[in-house]
Amino acid sequence: MLDIATYGEFETAWCPGCGNHNLLKAMKKALAARDLAPKDLLMVGGIGQAAKTPQYLNANAFCGLHGRSLPAATGARLANPRIKVVVNSGDGCHYGEGGNHFLAALRRNIDLTVIVHDNQVYGLTKGQASPTSLEGFVTKTQPEGVWAAPFQPLAVAVLHRVSFVARGFTGEVDHLAGLFEQALAVEGLALVDVLQPCVSFNKVNTFKWYQERVYHLDDSHDPTDFAAALAKAQEFGQRIPLGVLWRGERAPYSGHFPALATGPLHDQGVDRAALEQVLEKYF
Amino acid sequence: MTKEALNILIGGEAGQGLVTIGQVLAKVLVRAGYHIVVTQDYMSRVRGGHNTYAIRVCPQPIHSLREGVDLLIALDQETLELHRGELNPGARAIADTGLTCSEAACYNVDFNALTEGRYVNSVALGVAGALLGLDLELVDEGLKEYLGKKKPQEVLDKNRAALEAAYAHAQANHPGFAPLPPPAAPRRRMIINGNEAIALGVLAAGLKFLAFYPMTPSTSIAQTVINHAQALGVVVEQAEDEIAAINMALGASFAGAPAMITTSGGGFALMAEGVSLAGISETPLLLAVVQRPGPATGLPTRTEQADLEFVLHAGHGEFPRAILAPGSVEECFHLAAQALALAEASQGPVFILSDQYLADSYRAVEPLDLEAVEVVRAGERAIADPEAYVRYAPAADGLSPRALPGQSAALVRADSDEHTPEGLITEAAAVRLAQQTKRLAKHGLLLERTLAPVFSGPEHPELLLVGWGASQGVIAEAAAELRARGKQVATGHFRQPWPLKADQFLPRLRAARQVVMVEANATGQMARLIRRETGFEIPRLVLRYDGRPLTPEYILRALAG
Repeated sequence: MLDIATYGEFETAWCPGCGNHNLLKAMKKALAARDLAPKDLLMVGGIGQAAKTPQYLNANAFCGLHGRSLPAATGARLANPRIKVVVNSGDGCHYGEGGNHFLAALRRNIDLTVIVHDNQVYGLTKGQASPTSLEGFVTKTQPEGVWAAPFQPLAVAVLHRVSFVARGFTGEVDHLAGLFEQALAVEGLALVDVLQPCVSFNKVNTFKWYQERVYHLDDSHDPTDFAAALAKAQEFGQRIPLGVLWRGERAPYSGHFPALATGPLHDQGVDRAALEQVLEKYF
Repeated sequence: MTKEALNILIGGEAGQGLVTIGQVLAKVLVRAGYHIVVTQDYMSRVRGGHNTYAIRVCPQPIHSLREGVDLLIALDQETLELHRGELNPGARAIADTGLTCSEAACYNVDFNALTEGRYVNSVALGVAGALLGLDLELVDEGLKEYLGKKKPQEVLDKNRAALEAAYAHAQANHPGFAPLPPPAAPRRRMIINGNEAIALGVLAAGLKFLAFYPMTPSTSIAQTVINHAQALGVVVEQAEDEIAAINMALGASFAGAPAMITTSGGGFALMAEGVSLAGISETPLLLAVVQRPGPATGLPTRTEQADLEFVLHAGHGEFPRAILAPGSVEECFHLAAQALALAEASQGPVFILSDQYLADSYRAVEPLDLEAVEVVRAGERAIADPEAYVRYAPAADGLSPRALPGQSAALVRADSDEHTPEGLITEAAAVRLAQQTKRLAKHGLLLERTLAPVFSGPEHPELLLVGWGASQGVIAEAAAELRARGKQVATGHFRQPWPLKADQFLPRLRAARQVVMVEANATGQMARLIRRETGFEIPRLVLRYDGRPLTPEYILRALAG
């Protein structure tokens, strides 16, 4: 158990009341509980308010392009099997701009802890609809209300039987920290979709709106029951389940690469004898 | 000069096996001691259409394809129709009696009388081998290797029997074709093409990560690395799209793995934002772009060098980069290795630019000198004060020590936003100015290491023929032809189009009576770049942009016309 102070305190660019404050608190708790020292941690973010999270704690960080945190994190993971890679980005980054990468990450079951700050709106760019905005959600850019159906990330994740699928809520910090802790312990892909109110731009899915709908999954839900998990993953309306929806058995992706068996690629030089044998094949 | 060179052309539909015949013949010719230049011409389809495999062969070194055909191996009627006009005097066309081939050059052979249907290609191979004067044992060895160890003995025996029947038939019914003159004593040489050479070059230099999306004509670089990935401890991942590929490679590189992507023009177009990310995050990345004709989908399987300007400018914002453009298969090996090292040294994007012609052109290559290859070691391992480390520390030459995440107590933060030395987002004008100036200072390192263009011939020629990238050999042979006709001709080859150092080439351009730039594009991109950077206007351009490779004959016709 590390001291949370290890991760530092940084001034943030988040609005007062933003769900990200509690999310970050929950993350630090979970990281400390898992004994993850800053130097052994790589935080990867895209672009957006959520994606600034890696800037607000002591750790290694790769803050890349909008929508592209998953490929960058995948590349880092496949270069260094020892460092813990955690991805923080919003619903726009993960499910919109980066939608194809989200699907590919599920297909791979790539060993990453993926935290989606899901506030069902685009905050940093000031209020456009996001892939998880509900049908009929009115914004300046969707003045008639969103016509498309919302993306269902948890159902899609369960469908691909990744290692871990959970939903949390920033209104419940300790519960969220517990989910993060479990996610960090997973080999393979651990997805935590975190409901968070955007106090500035989402006047529908407010703290109160979530609070009225969320409930905790209890022991009666078996996260290894595929049909049950898929059903729970589609539940999003008057009732929204929080907790671990699914635990899968698929192998973590990095395990397929023999080159990673001995450690980070940066420690491995060129095997001259093997290289000469390779060149021999071309005579 | 190269009167002893022969042009062999194998033509047929995709799926008929012409590549098999071509690959085996090419390998056998090299083992027999000859020099070869292979040109592969194929359509964007899996079956049908018309494809050719051309081998120019010579006892002396050659560096270019040539027009005309001396030995045509026609697997279908269309080959005869399309290429009969290209037959040189004394040429022969080998065709099955089932095809219609009635001119004097035709050597009609009843393939099916000599073997079962499925081995007819071996008969064609055998007839060609016999006419060329190649040792049957060499041809059989080459064929066996190509077929692979897993084939049952019966199959290998039947193929051998087909070869023997072919040789016997050709000797008994010789069509009067001059065999190849004997080569110099055969030396052990490799048979590789441009793409394989790039792959071997980066592997020798310590590549550890490659991400790619399949795209003709670049895929065989990735495939070659995949073939050796386990033996050499390299991670290769086929990405879900090109945007993923470049971002993966950047993530891997940030984490300390020397990394590259492979693509062609259209795929590279999707990577533009990633190039910009490499620039601002100061992450080393090698990008192999193998050109084909555009715009958009263009001619997927053909050749052009029209993406120079795109590769030079892609990626919004301002940051340094280097572009290397090899002119030969050997150069593909060495420049790819150097480019990987240069990306690490400059902590940014470096390009290696090739094209379909060179990518697919097999040559006989002397054993590669591994001593000359600098093995890349990623990152700065000795961090003086890890607790105080910042990724983007001020540096006069622009190079901030690059720690690797997890390798020490140093925390490494990289950013796509403008950032402080600590790697935190900032909008402060002074910091922006300092960081941007720092990044741009790295252009100095790239400039210092720029490879000079290679000139040959007189310093004050009547005519100076210049080019860049894969046209090196073609231009050299065109120049040699002109010299044989008594003209004072020199050549210049730009193997590094960017950055340019004027003192490395301007004096030679000025000293020539006439300078002509040869390019496989419509707008003379390299000529324009030279004018932009130096003010020197190259008055005459020879341009080819029909998707077919430049030839010495094409250049000579253009100069005469």
